[in-house]
Amino acid sequence: MMDYLKKKFVSEHLDVKEILLVPIFATFFALTIGCLFLLATGEGLKNIFIAYSSLFIGSLGSLNALSETFTAATPLIFAALGIALAFRAGLFNIGAEGQMIIGGMAAVIVGFSIDFLPVWLHLPLALSVGALFGAMYASIAGWLKASTGAHEVISTIMLNLIAIRLLDYMLRSPIIQKEGRNDPISKSVLNTSELPQLLSFIDPQLRLHAGFLVMLGTVLLIYWLLFHTTIGYEFRSTGANPNAAKYAGIKATFTIVLVMFIAGALAGLAGANQITGVLGRASPGFSASIGFDAIAVALLGRSHPIGVLFAGLLFGALIAGGRLMQVKAGVSVDLITIIQALIIVFIAAPLLVRRAVPWIFKEDIKKDK
Amino acid sequence: MKTLTKKTISAAVVASLVGLSSAAHAFTACQVTDIGGVDDKGFNATAWKGVQDAVAKHGIDSKLLESKSETDYMPHLGSFVAEGCDVIVSVGFLMGEATATAAKENSNSKFSIVDFAYNPTIPNVVGQVFATDQAAFLAGYLAAGVSKTGIVGTFGGINIPPVTVFMDGFAAGVSHHNEMKGTSVQVLGWDPSAKEGLFTGNFNSLEDGRAFAQNLYDEGADIVMPVAGPVSQGSAALAAELGTDNLMIIGVDADQYIKDAKNKSVYLTSVLKAMDATVMGVIESVMDGSFEGGLTVGTLANNGVGIAPFHDLSSAVSSELAAEIESIRSGIIDGSISVN
Repeated sequence: MMDYLKKKFVSEHLDVKEILLVPIFATFFALTIGCLFLLATGEGLKNIFIAYSSLFIGSLGSLNALSETFTAATPLIFAALGIALAFRAGLFNIGAEGQMIIGGMAAVIVGFSIDFLPVWLHLPLALSVGALFGAMYASIAGWLKASTGAHEVISTIMLNLIAIRLLDYMLRSPIIQKEGRNDPISKSVLNTSELPQLLSFIDPQLRLHAGFLVMLGTVLLIYWLLFHTTIGYEFRSTGANPNAAKYAGIKATFTIVLVMFIAGALAGLAGANQITGVLGRASPGFSASIGFDAIAVALLGRSHPIGVLFAGLLFGALIAGGRLMQVKAGVSVDLITIIQALIIVFIAAPLLVRRAVPWIFKEDIKKDK
Repeated sequence: MKTLTKKTISAAVVASLVGLSSAAHAFTACQVTDIGGVDDKGFNATAWKGVQDAVAKHGIDSKLLESKSETDYMPHLGSFVAEGCDVIVSVGFLMGEATATAAKENSNSKFSIVDFAYNPTIPNVVGQVFATDQAAFLAGYLAAGVSKTGIVGTFGGINIPPVTVFMDGFAAGVSHHNEMKGTSVQVLGWDPSAKEGLFTGNFNSLEDGRAFAQNLYDEGADIVMPVAGPVSQGSAALAAELGTDNLMIIGVDADQYIKDAKNKSVYLTSVLKAMDATVMGVIESVMDGSFEGGLTVGTLANNGVGIAPFHDLSSAVSSELAAEIESIRSGIIDGSISVN
């Protein structure tokens, strides 16, 4: 299965048609089929038009819409970068959700407990501790794989479940639980550990925060790491052919643990980003299955950092636009889930896309023949 | 291809402008659900019914946003503010903080929240709370009178006041029965003095509803009251398989005999919170200009809470027991019986 997925979802270089056109047409077809779903549930044509135009306006049509799109995309991209990186090295990291929870919890504890640091120390500390704990948590799966051969898919799924229960437990401990509350909810982080809002000078309700910039920087960093460093070369070689990599002198064990460590750091950063940028505290389900949606983002982005960036922005746009769609057209937000799933189906079957619009992919199809 | 895209975009922009201008004149009531969703057959659904009743009666518009996760609360409330809603109803204790923040940032918008009371009150928010323990007390008394095994059970979604108040009332009703009748009916799943009990930790897993009811049944309970929104449908499915001779369910929030029609015969009764009436009341107060921030409390006396008819299981309730429940109801209203 890994080989199949690698062939479909890992792109070695930036082929414009591969990276851009296939996803664009996949999105277009997904929207078209989503439209059929709406017709089947008895929506009128006018309402479908309102739904889709609100999807567009709600994600790109105003400053607030853009701010919401970027805010929703940021944690998705962080976590998806980690999944993409692991994927490059031949590891299927399903554990971003759990790593996000652990990273977020660590960030929230640093966020409310340290009250003597200035913002320029406290905020980076909260983010890096979040990344570190996510990294250590993911390393467990890497170490299990390297030392015992335990499959990372199984161990990361199990670690997700452990993280979810651990969160429930920790939110009830008197050190973390908010004073005077019976329900599981953490104390709020202090102002000094909050990611500053970027557009509050225009309107304080624009939620876009500095995490977005950190994310852009991280995308570049991972791009550089993957394609311009020895470590990145080792990751890619291990993923492309583990045996060849071994005989070339790459230590597979170390590589596996290191890849999972970095992947976990990125997922942990996603959690810390949500805590310090959006929520300000932890509660059960604060991770909002971003770690799972990020798997789709990584696949859609062909496990390429730049592809992940655009895929994440698309998913963020669907989330933000879906909100206005629900308001204006009264269409259930479940449609967004259907559209996301359809996009993945079309990406997974690029031939479907190529056959559907043969004039765009003319040369490629000839070449195939 | 390019011109087509351009046309689509310009058409979309025009449509949005049309949409904005048509939304401006009508009165619009908006509701944000919590993560249970509007089809939870419980409090989100009941509150939405209140909005729909107002739509039917006054011909106003309504809009709905369903939250998928906690991160949705703030942007959803913000969307409705931007949309110019005349009143924004948020449902559930878990939205308490988000609603307070939104209300303070948008002091010109009017809000109302189900199941949350602010202290001190916020001038543009009406909190709707319910003396659910009064109604649950009646249900507890009823359960104690109907139980054949002498053991009844309850479990909740999350250990928060709007949930545990049901369980407190239920346990108090059972012990009132024990005092009055010299019985020794046990309550499993909730210890009212320690404030500890059985909780699924969520408001959406029907599987948990089934498993928790099974556990209570295995421990001898023949009547179970799940206080966890749609989770109770899992318990009802189990009761339908076991048969009502073995297990009966007490619903909460709305009359589950009507809401959960698939397994309606297993519901002995339901503890009702008339959120539809209070939500509609708040909408009407905004319409006639009498809206004022503060608190509304639903009680047995103003029919804000109550218990549902016994429906298919009325044969299990003796006429003597039914009469006692009526007299307890008036006892609670006139204050001669305390539900604590």
